[in-house]
Amino acid sequence: MIPVIKDTVLSHLWMTESQFYGFLGICESTPGPIAVNLATYIGYGQGGFLGSVLAVLGVTLPSFIIIILIAKVLKSFSSNKYVTAAMSGIRPVVAALIVWAGLSFLLSTVSDVSEHGADIKKIVIFLTVAIIYFISVFIFKRKLSSVVLIILSAFAGLGICMLFDTANI
Amino acid sequence: MIITLFLTFFKIGLFTFGGGYAMISHIREEIVEKKQWTDSNELSDIIAVAESTPGPIAINLATYIGYKKAGFFGALAATAGVIVPAFAIILCISLFLDGFMENKYVSYAFEGIKCAVAFLILKAGIEMYIQLKKNLFTVAVFFSVLAALAILDFFSVSFGSVLFIALGGIAGITFFIVSSRLKGSKND
Repeated sequence: MIPVIKDTVLSHLWMTESQFYGFLGICESTPGPIAVNLATYIGYGQGGFLGSVLAVLGVTLPSFIIIILIAKVLKSFSSNKYVTAAMSGIRPVVAALIVWAGLSFLLSTVSDVSEHGADIKKIVIFLTVAIIYFISVFIFKRKLSSVVLIILSAFAGLGICMLFDTANI
Repeated sequence: MIITLFLTFFKIGLFTFGGGYAMISHIREEIVEKKQWTDSNELSDIIAVAESTPGPIAINLATYIGYKKAGFFGALAATAGVIVPAFAIILCISLFLDGFMENKYVSYAFEGIKCAVAFLILKAGIEMYIQLKKNLFTVAVFFSVLAALAILDFFSVSFGSVLFIALGGIAGITFFIVSSRLKGSKND
């Protein structure tokens, strides 16, 4: 989806390419669907508040309508034995896609672009987050919610980066 | 119900950093584990639909789950819930906080959040695999898709995930037909 947005934005001269990539970085660190973030920002830049509302509506409506239609159709097909058979092949694919998305996100996060190697700081942060989670599961016998984990990880990132700063690594 | 849907997806939208896949771990937690509106396998079907249709995955997921729980207005409430936090925060950023992201400490905190997001996506995928109805066929599909993705990535080629979903569907139907033939011939 992002390449399509990029082409549209550049061809309308709404943003320059470097502005676009700069903002994409912001989108990745703000909550919510990236497409909605982009639509809000570009819409606001072009037409103020109303522009951002219309841009968000524009990016949401097609998928909203399509999904409602599909949900209606799927309801009547869900007991069909061929649909069930297809789903039994699709479920492991979805699990694999998500595991891979997590792995490649992790790899791109911990690899350091400037030094062509691994970023030790981020590996330390990742391991800290993982250890916090497993301690909560195995020692305190309760799962940390993902919201709590995200908030803790923000502090872990802050603490570990500042530690590395003072150690001058 | 409509208000619960809106609030649930508002919370999910507020804590989804890094796009659709990151949202899946929140959805699993809120909708499968806490509210039990659906189970792990059905969520996997919904994700397959969301992946194979145009539009942002997060919107597709919210619309589908909202529709399933409370019809058209449920879909509307869930979708609005996931959009409003993103919309409001970006609006604030473009209004006041131009230098916000350049702040050193803010960027440090986001380094941490990125690592947590990677962890949460991995966790969601592995949990999905664990809750799969496992037999030789599903395990083989899981590992061959994972291997294919790794090999393709190594050569910097990427096919859309829709292709893998379609192949998985075809494999599922083929396996069903072949195995029911085999059973049939045994019974004869």
